[in-house]
Amino acid sequence: MATQTPVSAVVDQTTHTAPRRLWLEVLHEWVTTVDHKKIGLMYIAYALIFLVIAGFEAILMRIQLALPNNHFVSPQVFNRLFTMHGTTMVFFVGMPILFGFGNYLIPLMIGARDMAFPRLNAFSFWISAFGGTLLYFSYLGGDGLYGAGSAPDVGWWAYAPLTAHAFSPGHSTDYWTLSVLLSGVGTIGTALNIVATTISMRCPGMKLNRMPLLVWIYLVTSMLVFVAVSPLTAAQIMLMLDRYLGSHFFDTQAGGSAVLWMHFFWIFGHPEVYVLVLPAFAFANEIIPVFSRKAIFGYPAMVAATVGIGFISLSVWAHHMFTVGLGPGANTFFVLATMVIGVPTGIKIFNWLATMWGGKIHFTASMMFAIAFLFQFLIAGLTGIILSAAPLDWQLGNSYFVVAHFHFVLVGAILFMLFSAFYYWYPKMTGRMLSERLGKWHFWIFLIGFHLTFDLMHIPGILGMPRRIYTYEADRGWTLLNMLVSTGAFIQTVGTLIFVFNMVWSYFRGAIAGADPWDAWTLEWSTASPPPAYNFATIPSVASRRPLWDLKHPEDPDSNYE
Amino acid sequence: MSDAAVIPQASTEEWSLPSRGVVGMACLILAEAAIFIIFVVAYIFYIGKSLSGPTPRDVLELPIFSSICLLSSSFTVHKAESALHKGARGATSLWLAATVLLGSIFLAATGAEWYHLIKYDHLTIRTNLFGTTFYSLVGLHATHVIIGLIMLSLALGFSLGGQMTSKHYPRLQVLSLYWHFVDAVWVVVFTVVYVLGR
Amino acid sequence: MLFDPVWRDLAIQIIGGQSIVGLDQSPTSMLTPAGTPAQSVLGLSMLVLGITTGIFLVVGGLLFFVLVRFRHRPSDVNAAQEPPQIYGSNQIELSWTVIPVLIVVMLFLATARVVYSTEHAPKPEAALDVTVIGHQFWWEYRYPKLGIVTANELHVPVSDPKHPTPTYLTMSSADTDHSYWVPKLAGKMDLIPNKVNTMWIDPGTAGIYLGQCAQYCGTQHAKMLIRVYADTPEQFAAWVAHQKQPAEQDAAAAEGRAVFERNACISCHSIAGTVATGHFGPDLTHLASRDTFASGSVPMTESNLRTFVDNPAHYKPGVLMPPMHLNDHDLDAVTAYLVTLK
Repeated sequence: MATQTPVSAVVDQTTHTAPRRLWLEVLHEWVTTVDHKKIGLMYIAYALIFLVIAGFEAILMRIQLALPNNHFVSPQVFNRLFTMHGTTMVFFVGMPILFGFGNYLIPLMIGARDMAFPRLNAFSFWISAFGGTLLYFSYLGGDGLYGAGSAPDVGWWAYAPLTAHAFSPGHSTDYWTLSVLLSGVGTIGTALNIVATTISMRCPGMKLNRMPLLVWIYLVTSMLVFVAVSPLTAAQIMLMLDRYLGSHFFDTQAGGSAVLWMHFFWIFGHPEVYVLVLPAFAFANEIIPVFSRKAIFGYPAMVAATVGIGFISLSVWAHHMFTVGLGPGANTFFVLATMVIGVPTGIKIFNWLATMWGGKIHFTASMMFAIAFLFQFLIAGLTGIILSAAPLDWQLGNSYFVVAHFHFVLVGAILFMLFSAFYYWYPKMTGRMLSERLGKWHFWIFLIGFHLTFDLMHIPGILGMPRRIYTYEADRGWTLLNMLVSTGAFIQTVGTLIFVFNMVWSYFRGAIAGADPWDAWTLEWSTASPPPAYNFATIPSVASRRPLWDLKHPEDPDSNYE
Repeated sequence: MSDAAVIPQASTEEWSLPSRGVVGMACLILAEAAIFIIFVVAYIFYIGKSLSGPTPRDVLELPIFSSICLLSSSFTVHKAESALHKGARGATSLWLAATVLLGSIFLAATGAEWYHLIKYDHLTIRTNLFGTTFYSLVGLHATHVIIGLIMLSLALGFSLGGQMTSKHYPRLQVLSLYWHFVDAVWVVVFTVVYVLGR
Repeated sequence: MLFDPVWRDLAIQIIGGQSIVGLDQSPTSMLTPAGTPAQSVLGLSMLVLGITTGIFLVVGGLLFFVLVRFRHRPSDVNAAQEPPQIYGSNQIELSWTVIPVLIVVMLFLATARVVYSTEHAPKPEAALDVTVIGHQFWWEYRYPKLGIVTANELHVPVSDPKHPTPTYLTMSSADTDHSYWVPKLAGKMDLIPNKVNTMWIDPGTAGIYLGQCAQYCGTQHAKMLIRVYADTPEQFAAWVAHQKQPAEQDAAAAEGRAVFERNACISCHSIAGTVATGHFGPDLTHLASRDTFASGSVPMTESNLRTFVDNPAHYKPGVLMPPMHLNDHDLDAVTAYLVTLK
């Protein structure tokens, strides 16, 4: 049965009449907060800072690679740059920003006042923050900044036995191990919070099959975290035991196995990339329907596809090891599992297309980024299928083709969808709209830079350029391509700067958003922008997947069709 | 665009959800199980691959007594749980004390075993692959036992001091779930290390 | 038909872009294979590329169609109304599940076939065996049945498809992980300590094939280059005969040889027929017969050798050979000796 009497939420006037406070008081409030919204914002801000730092590391690498036999940075510095860039982007940008959005949105979308364990929430944030700080302290450790100190230089996968004391003396590897270990603890804590919140704190009427798809996806992502991040934690404990207590887990001189580290790492590493991409799907599931003015097509299939992706992603890890010599039987198994995961992923793309089909598409900045996400994720998935054919991976693996593929996923899909999410939810978080005009400049400039860099980057891989090389020979035919790729990086930087400016300018000068600027349908739009500390004046109760649609269309509520 | 925020209120039937403590502990157990599985996999992978040094058959004896103690402690913590549910404070304290005692005996026996292995059999974590995987797996488990004993001792303290009442039962339930997990892990470790591996 | 060279050439032109000078002449392109393993991979890639391009055109095309056809037009009569809400369709969803599954099955079978045909290829009697050992940052080559040890430049016989003489590489590593990648000849295979891997190559045309290490192995990973010399049968026989000889004994270079033998050089390097029997660094017995040194990254000239011996980090910062701290006189002498090691 549809809603009865709507209840006004705006009873709290404190934000408008509160006296000015000392900045020390404000700082204290943020440092000691256990409020999911503030913690979510801290995660996001923290990740954006690291995005800029890691982006700068990428720019340095691209300058070095623009010409063959370049001397912009030494090989030692370059090797630290790619290690830090990868480690930072995965653990201190990707994870925090995605879990930051989850933290902010999930309680609001399920009609709760906070996460299940608010203090665990704060603890998880601060331990991750400490991890990132520890990683960057490595630049200062050892010899200090010039020559890049003790920053790790073993690649973000830290393959054994390169990480053994014999080949990596000093503490650079330890900075990698410990900072990532701490970030892992924080991630597991947040995932635990998300599962407990989703299962135990939904508002009345919100059965599991009425949850917004974003919440479903974060639930599956969190379950994946438990079984994926833990193997990395275990492997890192083993690495520390090897380096400091002389154990032999990965000590090939004592009969240990370098391949064992690879298995353990990729058992983490592959599900990890799904942990990163599933939240991007979550955003798409909320944003595309609203700007197409239609419900998501095939909600049950989307849930099933998500769960399927979660399970299958645990069985594909050795497609990162096709060249290790596992034998044709193992290789073939992993080919099949990897190709199979393309099926539920493809289903999602089709469902998004079907959602837009027959709709009325509004080309807001948020939607434009979402459309680019669709296009680029399609390409990323297809290059993934190319790599899943093991013999092709024997040529293209560990080359710039792979680098192009995963940047298509991480930047082309995930970062683009994050931009979309920013334009969509910034009004809710701050009460102000981001400038649509600046948003479109941001979009087009970033799009051009992205494609210039990452479309072309596939080609050096096809022409034999391996990854993780600080320079290359002039006679390989890679020079012009590398120069163009590097140019695109600078263009993307300009786009990003426009975005940063937009966020700062709009905070002070943006149009007032109101509770529901997009005419959307999920619970977060039923409360003020920004929401009061307690989220909702009264706990909502729902009877369908789109409770606000039911309120706005009492003659034709969703509850008739579910 | 709408300015006034409006919160949906749809009539619904009975609404009850699982306890967040139990869900949270289940998640923690899942994550910890994944960590243990990796150490078990490493142990199994390296069976028979040590290049030198003492083998499991040479130096390991079945820890029957300490295992019985640890597994019985699952029974005693369950009794403590039921006692608290009924509000029987004295019984709760007694059963908790028994749990802590049995867990401590297990820990002491492990310590004694390690003392013997290190001093007389010359097996350390760096001796060979067996030493590496044995100490890390059994040690990881022992660490979890220690954490559990600390928490159980805290609970015992609160019970003796009268602060823990039947309304705190859900929390003791969550703790005892953890303790059951620790015991279940021991069953696996015992089987892999002392039975299959020897 | 799918594997017709015409498609390959077209792909090269599209991907490589003939208009970008020299691109199609890359010596490490997987699109111009010179051996059977690389050829099989290229054949499979044409199939995979065809399918993925087809999917891209269909789905991408649908996306663009949707964006144009269903965009919100404010001038539209019904602009303010919400469009009809469609929640799903079992038939449509079933079809777009079944079709991808069929595509996957087909792709998988084609792939499995190439995996097995490459990894389980029967080894001909006439195959040459070479042991490759990866080091930081050079390649050690041993020909066990011929009694030859050399470094960095691999000589193999050309293989005639009618009487195949492939070269089977048995590979491992002395330190960290490496990977052997010569794109025109085959896909890459990793060299891992405490593990033995095998791969095979059968270059059909005489010539030099380039590649490099493809698994990050430390500071100088980038300069661990590979040079494979496919020799005609006569050239190969001559090379083998020469390599089996101990080092040249040129009286004029005796002083340089003495410098070599009394310094730490002998603890890392071997020169057959002398007291130098070190194994940490490359075998130098026939150093001067090679076109390059420092694993393919420096042309073999006397002055380059002198610079390298004086300060190896000049060419390869982070290389494991330390500077030998020889005075100029000794440096000249030892260099003069090294160039006699043909």
